[in-house]
Amino acid sequence: MGKKILPGHGSGGKLMNEMIDSVIRARFGNESVQLDDSAILSVGGAKIAFTTDTFTITPIFFPGGDIGTLAVNGTVNDLAVMGATPLFLSCALVLEEGLEFEDLERVLDSMKSEADRAGVAIVTGDTKVVPNGKADRIFINTSGIGLIEGLAQRREIEPGDAIIVSGTIGDHGMSIMALRNSLSFSRGLSSDCAPLNRMIRAVTDQFPKSVKFMRDPTRGGVASVLNEIVKGRQISARLIEANLPVREEVRGVCGILGIDPLYAANEGKVVIIARKTDAEEIIKVLKKTPEGRDAAVIGEINREFPGKAYIETTVGGRRILPLLTEEQLPRIC
Amino acid sequence: MENELIKKLAARLKALRLERDVRVMEVCGTHTTEFFRTGVKDLFPPGLELVDGPGCPVCVTPNDFLDRAIEIGKRHNPVIATFGDMVKVPSSYSSLAKEKAAGMDIRIVYSPLNALDLAVENPGREVIFLSVGFETTAPAEAATLIEAKKRNIRNFSILPGNKLTPPAVEALLAAGETRIDGFILPGHVSAVIGVGAWRFISETYGRPCVVSGFDAPDLMMGMITLAGLVVKGKNETINQYTRVVKEEGNRTAVEIMNRVFEPSDTSWRGIGVIPASGLAIRKDFADFDASIKFPVTPPEPREPKGCRCGELLRGLIAPPECSLYGKACTPEDPIGPCMVSTEGPCAAYYKYWSK
Repeated sequence: MGKKILPGHGSGGKLMNEMIDSVIRARFGNESVQLDDSAILSVGGAKIAFTTDTFTITPIFFPGGDIGTLAVNGTVNDLAVMGATPLFLSCALVLEEGLEFEDLERVLDSMKSEADRAGVAIVTGDTKVVPNGKADRIFINTSGIGLIEGLAQRREIEPGDAIIVSGTIGDHGMSIMALRNSLSFSRGLSSDCAPLNRMIRAVTDQFPKSVKFMRDPTRGGVASVLNEIVKGRQISARLIEANLPVREEVRGVCGILGIDPLYAANEGKVVIIARKTDAEEIIKVLKKTPEGRDAAVIGEINREFPGKAYIETTVGGRRILPLLTEEQLPRIC
Repeated sequence: MENELIKKLAARLKALRLERDVRVMEVCGTHTTEFFRTGVKDLFPPGLELVDGPGCPVCVTPNDFLDRAIEIGKRHNPVIATFGDMVKVPSSYSSLAKEKAAGMDIRIVYSPLNALDLAVENPGREVIFLSVGFETTAPAEAATLIEAKKRNIRNFSILPGNKLTPPAVEALLAAGETRIDGFILPGHVSAVIGVGAWRFISETYGRPCVVSGFDAPDLMMGMITLAGLVVKGKNETINQYTRVVKEEGNRTAVEIMNRVFEPSDTSWRGIGVIPASGLAIRKDFADFDASIKFPVTPPEPREPKGCRCGELLRGLIAPPECSLYGKACTPEDPIGPCMVSTEGPCAAYYKYWSK
């Protein structure tokens, strides 16, 4: 059998990174594939952030959102974490023959209302229809452009910096997993899908010098973001298990399925690395916003295990949080 | 309150001063993972060693089971429903993941009842559930077959691969290849079969045992108690998971299991055939036995070169002692099943111990 694409090639882990290096970057060049959430470009004196993302999800409607809310917020958040003000989005639809009009309209209504909530305009788009069975009801691609007014340069992350998360982790990933498999114990679970640009703006406006790094921990979760930060550097990320904000419902489903919430997807959270001295003040600002009310300092940067992320458990033991390669699959018993 | 207890137990475990080396085995794959995940393993005092046992259902399933499933898939084009753990496990010549990419219809389910639903939703297709697991999952699989029979669902069958844990532990003890001073016994399995099913370990083989739950306090208390029993030479079986495990187990679950399955000799990876350690489908339910419904002759099974999963599952080595570990064999490109399953010892070491 020749080498074929496996699910792991799209799950944000090692397999995907290898594919990007060996197949994509090898052809398009280093400039084309940036590891950040958006490309930063200079156009006629202005600095803009540019990003794109394609959304596929089963089921397309879920508690807390739908594929339309994801498509708008995912792109808005990728711009916002780069310090950009999101301005314009495109919307390209791939529709499967037989999709109900009612469902399409519901998705588009969601897109419009989330775009309004985020203060962005959907300005261009495209529609394709493919035969029955050639797509999973609806795929959406959105690209986004944002304006960078301040300094977008990332500051050096140093030992002592605080690791902040803007709210409870794993809500989106676990609610989708529970829904997909009609787990009867999933009541109360809901996706956290939300635009974060206003919340992020509130923080960066007040602490322009303190915030060193931001990323939305979507696929791969908080643990994957932390791994990216420390990879190949002389610093490590130390998390404190007791400080992690995790909803009881999420903890329950994770426990039963053997899944670590640190690796579960989020669609309305941001990880912030900031100067320790401002961390508590940043938490106060986050908590005043609807998206950030469960924000917490969950750890710090140190030099203990260079290149690694690790967690101190409630018993005081320590374990490594490795870069995982694939979607986590539920265990047998 | 709970935090106080956790702190106290952690301090006690850390401060244990053992008069001799204590080498104990955890039988259950979830324990393997939880000792790491909770950080409890990091608190072990000098001289306390935890040996991984044959308690990961995916790991102990021999290659010929997956070879057969794949052969049936190729010849009969069914929907193959499986727990997620099995998908990436290498078979002799392929894996479900590779077959899926090549077009085989493989679906991940969370319970055998989900697989039965698939059969109802796809009346024109045969749905075959890959039934792998211990006493914890066998009652659910039995209940599913009872339901399928009652509703006369004819396009559903299971490929039986269920195993019983006490015979495997007994086989290790009888072989005596490695020193094991005591056992941390599986909480969930014991909830089904009862503490009584394990007493032979202390009575016949003179080793102490503790039935333990899976939370950090359970794990710490279990290790403190077991180490104490070993050092004092007390051959007792103690149930510390009384909130879930009863002496006689769950009789209803056992009765349902026995109605559908009967003990049979079966092969374990690394250990070989152990008498009466498997669960075969009884004649009454033979219509739902995929190995009878779809007789195939899979190719001769083979083991990957250099893979030491077998020795690992017998408690002879720890994962890092295998020369493939972390180099040729990683979770993204596994060679042996112990690197795949979330309950596999190699996966647990790789994930949590790579300091």
